[in-house]
Amino acid sequence: MADPRDEPLVLGIETSCDETGVGIVRGTTLLADAIASSVDEHARFGGVVPEVASRAHLEAMVPTIDRALKEAGVSARDLDGIAVTAGPGLAGALLVGVSAAKAYAYALGKPLYGVNHLASHICVDQLEHGALPEPTMALLVSGGHSSLLLSSDITSDVRPMGATIDDAAGEAFDKIARVLNLGFPGGPVIDRYAREGDPNAIAFPRGLTGPRDPAYDFSFSGLKTAVARWIEARRAAGEDVPVRDVSASFQEAVVDVLTRKAVRACKDEGVDHLMIGGGVAANSRLRALARERCEAAGIRLRVPRPKLCTDNGAMVAALGAEMVARNRPASSWDLSADSSLPVTETHVPGTGHGHDHAHEAGKENLYS
Amino acid sequence: MLLLALDTATPAVTVALHDGTDAIASSSQVDARRHGELLLPAVDRVLTEAGVTLDAVTGVVVGVGPGPYTGLRVGLMTADTFGLVLGVPVHGLCTLDALAYAADIEKGPFVVATDARRKEVYWARYADSRTRLSEPAVDRPADIAAEVAGLPAVGAGALLYPETFPRAHEPEHVSAAALAALAAERLAAGEELPAPRPLYLRRPDAQVPKNYKVVTPK
Ligand SMILES: [Zn+2]
Repeated sequence: MADPRDEPLVLGIETSCDETGVGIVRGTTLLADAIASSVDEHARFGGVVPEVASRAHLEAMVPTIDRALKEAGVSARDLDGIAVTAGPGLAGALLVGVSAAKAYAYALGKPLYGVNHLASHICVDQLEHGALPEPTMALLVSGGHSSLLLSSDITSDVRPMGATIDDAAGEAFDKIARVLNLGFPGGPVIDRYAREGDPNAIAFPRGLTGPRDPAYDFSFSGLKTAVARWIEARRAAGEDVPVRDVSASFQEAVVDVLTRKAVRACKDEGVDHLMIGGGVAANSRLRALARERCEAAGIRLRVPRPKLCTDNGAMVAALGAEMVARNRPASSWDLSADSSLPVTETHVPGTGHGHDHAHEAGKENLYS
Repeated sequence: MLLLALDTATPAVTVALHDGTDAIASSSQVDARRHGELLLPAVDRVLTEAGVTLDAVTGVVVGVGPGPYTGLRVGLMTADTFGLVLGVPVHGLCTLDALAYAADIEKGPFVVATDARRKEVYWARYADSRTRLSEPAVDRPADIAAEVAGLPAVGAGALLYPETFPRAHEPEHVSAAALAALAAERLAAGEELPAPRPLYLRRPDAQVPKNYKVVTPK
């Protein structure tokens, strides 16, 4: 019989935000990517409401698992492992996925792997472009995170190079969309308007790009305020707001900083591969500018297709499969969700003697 | 018949295995903040104690609350998933009903109240241990004082507010053994038990944002 470690068949569950994702992979081959999203239920609140997301996860989980198995054409009994996002993310939402994954793995008698959401965002690219080069520089940008990470082994070594010191990049898109009355989520709609606008029409500030600023950290709060003030000044003067130019110029300010810092990190660390993931990686201008700048710098760019960039179960399965392939220890049955799981903890291995409370102090109260 | 019963709608994380006549193994831990961590090891312990594996289970019954949501969902999600893998029915029973059953009161009326946090209780009135008189509700104790005046009461919610519930007594927490026994009794009577749908009773805390806030300084 073939060693399951060659091409492990793994099901992954993701519930860290508003998408209930169940994916199935065989090694680095994507077999199923089933998603149920509660995004429409959050739209009128202008952002994700944790309790609404948690309720939706509970409803959607079993049907989404069923759909993934059908899509993959595999039997649950043939799985080599179950992976689940253990953190970081919304505490209550994570716990629904962790509860499902634990029960599923236990009932099937399969090993359970609680994995890190951010590492999963990186690992998903294996489904698109094959094995990750080691090391890989990764730029993860979404509504919840904006980080530059360097990984020499996605199952055990992810080093934070920099991160946002205030808003996540995706959050800035949502907020500007709100100022422009474009609805939620803001990313896709701003991308659309920006395509017909002039990215150099308005010179918006580039946060944290001064010579004394931290080289790899980001800040989008000042940009957000600058854009909002610019729009308000126009409105106060009774003038029309050029939505296309504002969108294009704002978007340019965000992706300029993101790509500039990512390429610089690659050069400084001598890394010749850049991976971009997270929901904002679906942004067409970010993809184009990253391609341009990576080419100029001799860096190979890897960006998965948009559906794999946003939160999904396949990315969790991809990292789970890598855990099996590299013989990493499984998690224990007392695995819990950790809303602030540090990025350096690529997975939550079982201790064999109860739970590791190392992060308890910084944990947000799950039950408040 | 081998029923696996779970309830995580109160601070108790409780699991029991019931053969239709008796609870053959059970586990109860009271820890309001670790339902996610404690439930599955408890299931494993109970099965081991009974000397069976999960495959032997012929049905799952889960407490559907009302109870604090985060913990409540741990039990429901676990029960649903077991049902999916095992291909057995998953039944939902009101957590307050299990507490009423455990109270073993033949002649009421009496009240069951659990802690709903935010200075409120989840509660219902019962004619006897098997007969609920009102839909479960969530209220401030002071607001229901007239309705529960003079009645005996059980549950942590009653024990927590002696001014409203001067006749509060044990049991304080729900036990899966009682939940399983109640389910077994109803199934034996040919009753169809409800599907496992959470009793949230409150809407999610969320507000539609007011109009956009201006950032330009005045
Ligand atoms: Zn994400």
